[in-house]
Amino acid sequence: MEFFKIKRDIPFMRYGRITTTISLLTFILAVLALSVRGLNLGLDFTGGVQIEVSYDKPADTQAIREIIESQGIAESSVQNFGSTRDVLIRLPLNPDVSSAKLSDQIFAALKSSDPGVELRRVEFVGPQVGKDLFESGALALLLVAAGIMIYLAMRFEWRFAVAAIIANMHDIVIILGMFAFFQWEFTLSVLAAVLAILGYSVNESVVVFDRVRENFRKMRKATVPEVIDNAITATMSRTIITHSMTQLMVLAMFFFGGEALHNFALALTIGIVFGIYSSVLVASPIVLWLGVSRKDLMPVVKEGVTDDRP
Amino acid sequence: MRNRYPVWKNLLILAILALAVIYSSPNLFGEDPSVQLSPNRTVKLEQATVVQVEKLLADAGVKPKSIELTNDRLLVRFSDTDGQLKAEDVLKGAMGNNYTIALNLAPATPAWLRAINAQPMYLGLDLRGGVHFLLQVDMDAAVKQAEERYAEDIRAVLRESKVRYLSVERTNNYIEVKFQDAGTLGQGKDVVKKELRGLQLDTDPSANLLKAKMSEPEIREVRKFAVAQNITTLQNRVNELGVAEPVIQRQGEDRIVVQLPGVQDTARAKEILGATATLEFRLVDSEHAVPTDGKVPLNSRLYYDRGGRPVLLQRKIIVTGDQVVDASSGLDSQSGSAAVFINLNSTGAKKMADTTKDNIGKAMAVVFIENKSETKEVNGKKITTKRKVEEVINVATIRDRFSKRFQITGLDSTNEARNLALLLRAGALVAPMDIVEERTVGPSMGKDNIQKGIHSNVYGFLAIAAFMIMYYRVFGVFSIVALGMNVVLLVAVLSMLQATLTLPGMAGIALTVGMAIDANVLINERIREELRNGVSPAAAIFLGYDRAFATILDTNITTLIAGVALFLLGSGPIRGFALVLCIGILTSMFSAVLVSRMLVNLTYGWQRKLTKLAI
Repeated sequence: MEFFKIKRDIPFMRYGRITTTISLLTFILAVLALSVRGLNLGLDFTGGVQIEVSYDKPADTQAIREIIESQGIAESSVQNFGSTRDVLIRLPLNPDVSSAKLSDQIFAALKSSDPGVELRRVEFVGPQVGKDLFESGALALLLVAAGIMIYLAMRFEWRFAVAAIIANMHDIVIILGMFAFFQWEFTLSVLAAVLAILGYSVNESVVVFDRVRENFRKMRKATVPEVIDNAITATMSRTIITHSMTQLMVLAMFFFGGEALHNFALALTIGIVFGIYSSVLVASPIVLWLGVSRKDLMPVVKEGVTDDRP
Repeated sequence: MRNRYPVWKNLLILAILALAVIYSSPNLFGEDPSVQLSPNRTVKLEQATVVQVEKLLADAGVKPKSIELTNDRLLVRFSDTDGQLKAEDVLKGAMGNNYTIALNLAPATPAWLRAINAQPMYLGLDLRGGVHFLLQVDMDAAVKQAEERYAEDIRAVLRESKVRYLSVERTNNYIEVKFQDAGTLGQGKDVVKKELRGLQLDTDPSANLLKAKMSEPEIREVRKFAVAQNITTLQNRVNELGVAEPVIQRQGEDRIVVQLPGVQDTARAKEILGATATLEFRLVDSEHAVPTDGKVPLNSRLYYDRGGRPVLLQRKIIVTGDQVVDASSGLDSQSGSAAVFINLNSTGAKKMADTTKDNIGKAMAVVFIENKSETKEVNGKKITTKRKVEEVINVATIRDRFSKRFQITGLDSTNEARNLALLLRAGALVAPMDIVEERTVGPSMGKDNIQKGIHSNVYGFLAIAAFMIMYYRVFGVFSIVALGMNVVLLVAVLSMLQATLTLPGMAGIALTVGMAIDANVLINERIREELRNGVSPAAAIFLGYDRAFATILDTNITTLIAGVALFLLGSGPIRGFALVLCIGILTSMFSAVLVSRMLVNLTYGWQRKLTKLAI
């Protein structure tokens, strides 16, 4: 079985202008969403108290709200989580009351009004911890980007490193933008997904770049756009298959992994979709635009080493 | 260009795979409900203990699966939780005073696997339930305390060397010593410089002021010490909870992670962690005999030692635990017996010196005081009682005048000395700590998480397998076998590293599997392409693997860079995810390139005339 029997190279580079415009637009939209709406940061980053309880029958969120208010907490969010029996309660941080104690107090109150309640999970995160996490997350992002650039610059050439990283950042910003636009909760596991995408999406670019290098050696007479078009077309089949495989796995996580892996899988899905797009239609036009040429990728003849073989 | 591996290469790959299967297998055996006995400081674990436990259980009609004795614990396994809970009651009733008894889920790995050190992965809290605390040590307070100690010491050394000073005051990061004139300032500076090495000195001659500041390395040392000491204290206290396999670790500069698997009662856990302990040094009342009728002399108090023997001590306290700066254990240079070396602050040292000078030949006792809270269930209600435990932990004869530094000898063993040093340190100078993060995961949630994690992995894998075999036929089968071996290898390495498996870790396994197939897809596509170009089947296999390898290497290294950065900077769940990602990349390179190639070689390499490939 074969899905992609492509006889002639698809002239991707001819559409370069359109595709870059599209990605520029999505990019700007993502940045707008980020700056206007901002990320809906999860508990890990903001700090606060979150209690997940489970009832043996559908829960009455209004009653729960009243119980919490009776404990002297004015601002709280009570919502169903996953099913009608599971309830997620969020309480803001209060500098006067030890939040760690608060969760015990609330649960005791809930239990006294309905003994059928079961504690599933309590999380309390101090504000400083969240801030530290955010900072180390941002640092990790920078470090990964720098590491990848250095490797690509060494293995290929600086133009490829720049193109790959721009394509990559484009993916990251779009994931973040989507999370901001839909106000999906941005948790620590989503951050992990974003960072994993950094490594994953650059794979795409590398596969194409590898082919470009190979083609430069093989297709002596072709123009640079032709070389790139051929590289993309030749790897097209692999790109689709690989991504579908990863996506299958991610979908399994999305549907069967439970609430905890939901947003993680969501971030990965967006990353995979845009990973394909950006590696093919963002990274390559940038390489072209940066003016890559055949001689940039030819094996370097070392100075001072003369070939004195007969 | 032959598609054959030499025999040694095939054997090596098979050997690695066999090892992987063996070392990943412990994860399949599940866990035995068991009861764990760890001895308190007074008793030793011996074969006799096993006999005693066996008899107790037999009398109560509980049949254990097995009883295992190791150096520091006794593990009684059961086939069901009923037996486990019954046994806990029996053993707590009969032996609870000398042992910490805890319910445990012990891995049910067969003995022969354990003998070759094959153990299952440790399950994280999110998969087994329990509490997680992140505690922040108040470093400023620790440094402030150290500065106060130095101020105290400056006063003492100036007094001892008879240099007159006006005042010693602690200001912002400085200890300021005021002198009368330039002469005493000079003298004072010399004395302080000679005696107290951890200080940086500065003078202000116009005001006759000596400014002392703790040096950077000294401050670093104090901070390090504060965290280390708090960890020791926490370890002692967690022991009290009887939790099996607790985790107490430093995280970052000034934070401590405490994980208590299986604990649901956070309130009680917090009480224990927040307990206070202290020490007192008192003289033994040698004028009166130990009363048997309960009539205690006016200036004395009756205490008991750990063996329950009564000791009569004077009411007057010589020194308390917060005057102990440091304590360490070692051997007495003269007698060679176990000793504890104690370092007091200057106030404590002065008191100790005065008291011991007048009491040479008499006995002095160390009393350990702990404020414990205990929660008991009475008629279905939980009642918390606060209890103060006072125990004589050591009685020693005063041989000489003690000063700032002195030693306690007369201990039974080096182990005893180590414990005493630990308690002395634990009782004193604990920098305050705050709970900055707390997570409780219910046991049902943990079970759910495991199940969901496994389901998503299995379903994902099956979907990939179905597609790959349909799309690449025989080569698809090879790819899937390789992918399966990748999972086995990954689990084996994680088990060997004794990594903690968490939900993000399971997500990491799923993602690695999804990404690992990339290498096989690259190879298979390349082979198809070579075939399309009219290359012979045998050559197509060779070229396919050869050409794809460079690409596989590049893509994996870039992912590895991301994984390593995640591991270095991440904390908690992210770190677990990153570890799986990094190891998964390495194992997937092995399985995608070598294992699948071996299978291809064994299938096609021996055919003399290869005309067609099932790809």
